[in-house]
Amino acid sequence: MSAFQAAIGHDREWPDRQHPVAHAAHGQVSKRIIVGYGFWIFLLSDIVMFSAFFASYAVLVGQTAGGPSGRELFDLRNTGIQTACLLLSTFACGLASIGVQTRRGSWFYGAMAATFMLGAAFVGLEAREFAGLVARGAGPTRSAFLSAFFTLVGCHGLHVTVGLLWLLTMMAQVFAKGYRADILRRMLCFSLFWHTLDIIWVALFTVVYLMGAGQ
Amino acid sequence: MTFSGLEGDSHYADTAPHDDPFDEDDAAEGVGSYLIGLGLATLLTIVSFFISGTTLVWGPSIPVALAVLAIAQMGVHLVFFLHLTTSPDNVNNVMALAFGVLIVFLVIAGSLWIMAHLNQNMMPMDQIMQMQR
Repeated sequence: MSAFQAAIGHDREWPDRQHPVAHAAHGQVSKRIIVGYGFWIFLLSDIVMFSAFFASYAVLVGQTAGGPSGRELFDLRNTGIQTACLLLSTFACGLASIGVQTRRGSWFYGAMAATFMLGAAFVGLEAREFAGLVARGAGPTRSAFLSAFFTLVGCHGLHVTVGLLWLLTMMAQVFAKGYRADILRRMLCFSLFWHTLDIIWVALFTVVYLMGAGQ
Repeated sequence: MTFSGLEGDSHYADTAPHDDPFDEDDAAEGVGSYLIGLGLATLLTIVSFFISGTTLVWGPSIPVALAVLAIAQMGVHLVFFLHLTTSPDNVNNVMALAFGVLIVFLVIAGSLWIMAHLNQNMMPMDQIMQMQR
């Protein structure tokens, strides 16, 4: 037992959010809660980083330098399909985290595979949209508006891509190492990450696409 | 580490150990929570997309409505997907979120405020060019 574990009381490996009062009363905090808290701090810092990109987008949205504006460029049908993919993907990720907690392999792997497919479809649609914009001469170098657009949306797409790699890693780890407590905590962090990406997408499709197309 | 014996490879097959507090009822409850979240988020998304293209309401109110719908949907995600609740375990998480929201507000609102005033106070570009001649 490490000094850190000794400091926080004996290592209760599998208490969960179902019995918060029980161990709050004992003055012990489970490692799962500490890990979740730490990762939540990281996610908030990520959100703060996105807020800077949102701010620069909002400042530059009118600076089209004579080029096309969002109204002419955005295809809301594509955005709607992307939104549906990411929402269903985040739902499937929630099912996967229940599957891993109940240690049901087929449930976990099935839900993770669905999460991956939907996430990959999202990234694919975004890549297609970007390629189409560049082909129309509306690449990131065309105007300050498009630079800000590609940076903001691309940064989110990059996060989803990294999340897909992490997803595959989690499937491999559960397969190779089983339902160990440390693996379950990593899965908790992954599901927090994936759900947070969908929260950022909500802000993104509202501010960039819906407000942009309506201008 | 304490999880070496009990939690080890013996649970490699998907059998639930007898001391697992996460039982069938919890699983059903969890799925129900995700389903509620999915339903609410879908509803809010559909309303958002519908309202963005509609001419039924007064035009300038649309961005405000979109912002309200987006914030509501983020709340749904936080509660039903990230399970950010008012339980004692979540106090620290909620406090951290509140701080994060403050910083996000300062960054976005501050940038827009400052840049709008800079634009207002700046001399038009052609006049600057003339002064440099």
